[in-house]
Amino acid sequence: MKEYIWILFVVLYVVLAPFIGGLITGIDRKITARMQGRYGPPLLQPFYDVFKLLQKENMAVNKHQQFYVLSFLVFIIVAGSIFFAGGDLLLSIFALTLASIFLVIAAYSTFSPYAYIGAERELIQIMAYEPMVILTIVGMYMVTKSFNVADIAAYNGMLFLKLPAIFLGFLFILTIKLRKSPFDISMSHHAHQEIVRGLTTEFSGKELAYIEISHWYENVMLLGLVFLFFASNPILALLIVAATYFLEIFIDNANSRLKWQSVLISAWVVAFVLGAGNIAVLALWG
Amino acid sequence: MNILLLLIMFPFVVAFVLLGLPTRQYAVRKYIVVASALILSGVSIYLAAQYISGGPQYFSFDAKGADMAILFAEMVFAGIIIRLSLKHKQYLTALLMLIGVALMLGYEIGLAETVHAREILFVDNLSLIMALIIGVIGCIIALFALGYMKDYHEHHPEVKDRTGFFFFIIFAFLGAMYGVVFANSLIWLFGFWEITTLCSFFLIGYSQKDDATKNAFNALKMNLLGGIGFAGAIIFLAYNDQVTQLNQLNGLSSLLPIGLLAFAGLTKAAQMPFSSWLLGAMVAPTPVSALLHSSAMVKAGVYMIIRLSPVFAFENGGAAVGVLVALVGAVTFVMTSFMAIAQSDAKRVLAYSTIANLGLIVVCAGVGTYQLYWAAIMLVIFHAIAKSLLFLSVGSVEHNLGERSIEHMDGLISIMPKVAVGMAIGILGMFLAPFGMLISKWAALEGLVNANAALTIFVAFGGAATLFFWGKWLGKITMVKSAPTDFKAKVSRLEGISLGSLAVMTVLVCLTFPLISRYFLEPLIADIYNQTYLLGQSNVAILLLMMGLMLILPLTLLRSGKRSYREQYLAGANTAKEQFHGSLGTTHSLTMRSFYLSNIFGEAKLFGISVVISIILIVIMIGVGL
Repeated sequence: MKEYIWILFVVLYVVLAPFIGGLITGIDRKITARMQGRYGPPLLQPFYDVFKLLQKENMAVNKHQQFYVLSFLVFIIVAGSIFFAGGDLLLSIFALTLASIFLVIAAYSTFSPYAYIGAERELIQIMAYEPMVILTIVGMYMVTKSFNVADIAAYNGMLFLKLPAIFLGFLFILTIKLRKSPFDISMSHHAHQEIVRGLTTEFSGKELAYIEISHWYENVMLLGLVFLFFASNPILALLIVAATYFLEIFIDNANSRLKWQSVLISAWVVAFVLGAGNIAVLALWG
Repeated sequence: MNILLLLIMFPFVVAFVLLGLPTRQYAVRKYIVVASALILSGVSIYLAAQYISGGPQYFSFDAKGADMAILFAEMVFAGIIIRLSLKHKQYLTALLMLIGVALMLGYEIGLAETVHAREILFVDNLSLIMALIIGVIGCIIALFALGYMKDYHEHHPEVKDRTGFFFFIIFAFLGAMYGVVFANSLIWLFGFWEITTLCSFFLIGYSQKDDATKNAFNALKMNLLGGIGFAGAIIFLAYNDQVTQLNQLNGLSSLLPIGLLAFAGLTKAAQMPFSSWLLGAMVAPTPVSALLHSSAMVKAGVYMIIRLSPVFAFENGGAAVGVLVALVGAVTFVMTSFMAIAQSDAKRVLAYSTIANLGLIVVCAGVGTYQLYWAAIMLVIFHAIAKSLLFLSVGSVEHNLGERSIEHMDGLISIMPKVAVGMAIGILGMFLAPFGMLISKWAALEGLVNANAALTIFVAFGGAATLFFWGKWLGKITMVKSAPTDFKAKVSRLEGISLGSLAVMTVLVCLTFPLISRYFLEPLIADIYNQTYLLGQSNVAILLLMMGLMLILPLTLLRSGKRSYREQYLAGANTAKEQFHGSLGTTHSLTMRSFYLSNIFGEAKLFGISVVISIILIVIMIGVGL
């Protein structure tokens, strides 16, 4: 029985992640509104938005873009499923990268100047956060001697205590991954930054809904990664996840967008100092 | 054994036949090349089938006559090179050649009487893999070249048509590569090693234009320098340890010759600071680049370093040399991946990416644990296929569009759909899961964390840069835009077949890599390390599932859902398709340019520092063996 429990986790992820992700987005919008002194939309507004998008007329610039967007969604789900099945963390991240590239290609395929800039900036974002993600996994392996999420989660002790710098570095790039200011250079989640919406300029209706749902799936997986640092104490871990997300919302509202140079350089400096530094410490005294 | 000699000799025979053929005999040449290519790849596959489960096998025979022949051939080559160098006032090249020949002559006179190799040739699964790469990929490139060279001379009337000479060199090159991978006698290995150097010299300088000649001499200089290191190692090994065979590199009295052999490998594999010869090599016709980058030349360099892996892993003090080799590879991987970002010339991007990938192979081979040995060989296989596909598709695009800048490949998917799909498969193959290069990069990361975690930092940063430059190239060619009406892509049948088969192979090796690992790599690795690397079953299953999705998802393109199409948003009224109003009533066509980030990643910023770092590392690498 125990060998098949991972199937249950995958099913739970595939079914529940959009609801959890959507709810988190709802809470995010509510808190953001309060921070800005507004009342804010109802908690379930993200779901209303997506349902409405799904019913809209199917408009596109070309035939290819829907294929890319669909692939984006599919591979995000694959990545999350590998993660929640307790599978290989590197493989899960590689699947996530593949998905991100599909989104970028979707934007490129539209041959639209706004989407184009968004796509190139998205690539810069990917390049910016990738080293820290890899170093995070390397650090987790050095402590637990396994790449498997299941083994890492079952590690006897709190990963955070061995990987404090890597955790901070991961929080830093999480801001990029969650598309929060000041690092939301390819597209913003809120309307307060731009009129033409970068990467997603040419997507509407169903495609935009797919992208939104993909983000929900992705966010749940990313918060799962935060959870792993504290997995030995699940209640604390959940609290930290909540605190982390609150912190991200706060950062989002307290900053305006940076230039791409600053995003790239700061993320790499953080990866080098915190990520590589922590790994060096582990290698020498681990 | 006969079959090994056949594979080495046959290409040389074909080469001389092709050399004797008058230039205008296109049809005859075509038949000879096609037939020989089929024979070579067929025999390579037959050889693999025959020896795959036999473990390493050595063949001894009296090679005194052959040794003399090799020496004689080298004298002749040296004569040609020195004459050419003097003619072009390349005195340094002449000097390097002289030193190399003097060393070999000294060896023959002083040492050859007392020590000589008995087991001249050998074959193991690594040789078989290399032979398959040379036989199959090399021959596909030769077929592609048939159509390409004809176009090439139509496009470049100023270049003298020496197609016969071209194919002479190509086939000699293939023969020499077989020699390199089957030789166990170091003298034989060195002889064929030097022939590959000469062949690439003639191919790079094919057009006889000034820059071609200059770059050819540059390549020659660097590789001759590596050759001198090689010759020094041979003399040192024979004099100190009475070692003359590749399989005797254990229990050495000093590791200096290992450092020298690694040095020779690094020059041939175009690692920093020797990267410039491979970058300069792109002045040659595209099939030459494809050959140099995928199945010949640079692969001989990494082959050498992979052969040294067990020495780094097991010999007393070997790890110290190995880690420095790995560091040279790591610096090369990171720096060339960075510099690739700032390039817009497609061939230059490919060249940087080749050097970077070779760097990764060198990292793996330098550390040399069993996992990394596995990763290194897998990288060689996947890289050979995907990179030749990329070069050949760039060649086709260049001939059709008259440009090989990536900026001119906007909307290639609409203009030359088939070639664009081939190119896209090649690009995907280079950097994304579930394709080959990423599988091996994954294994490399796993292996490095266990062996030397600091090296993963290089992989993390270099890998991120790779994502960026491949991503933006892929984006360019997948843009959907209207194709010019007066344009008709012209891709000859042979070119189409070559591209198609390489594209199919790129996907196929990803689907069958567990079998390659099981039948080729595991016996080989078990033989050296007494343990073997296995990718987890469930991970293989997931990779295959992802590959399945990659193949199925494009089918959704065929679905004809209810969709209405709109023009893209251009901040105002579009005047016509992909056109908009500018100021003062002018009309502009929509064009877009990529990010190159040259303020951060330009060659001017990074090249010098990389050269300095790598030279220091190489000096320590050789010094540490003393």
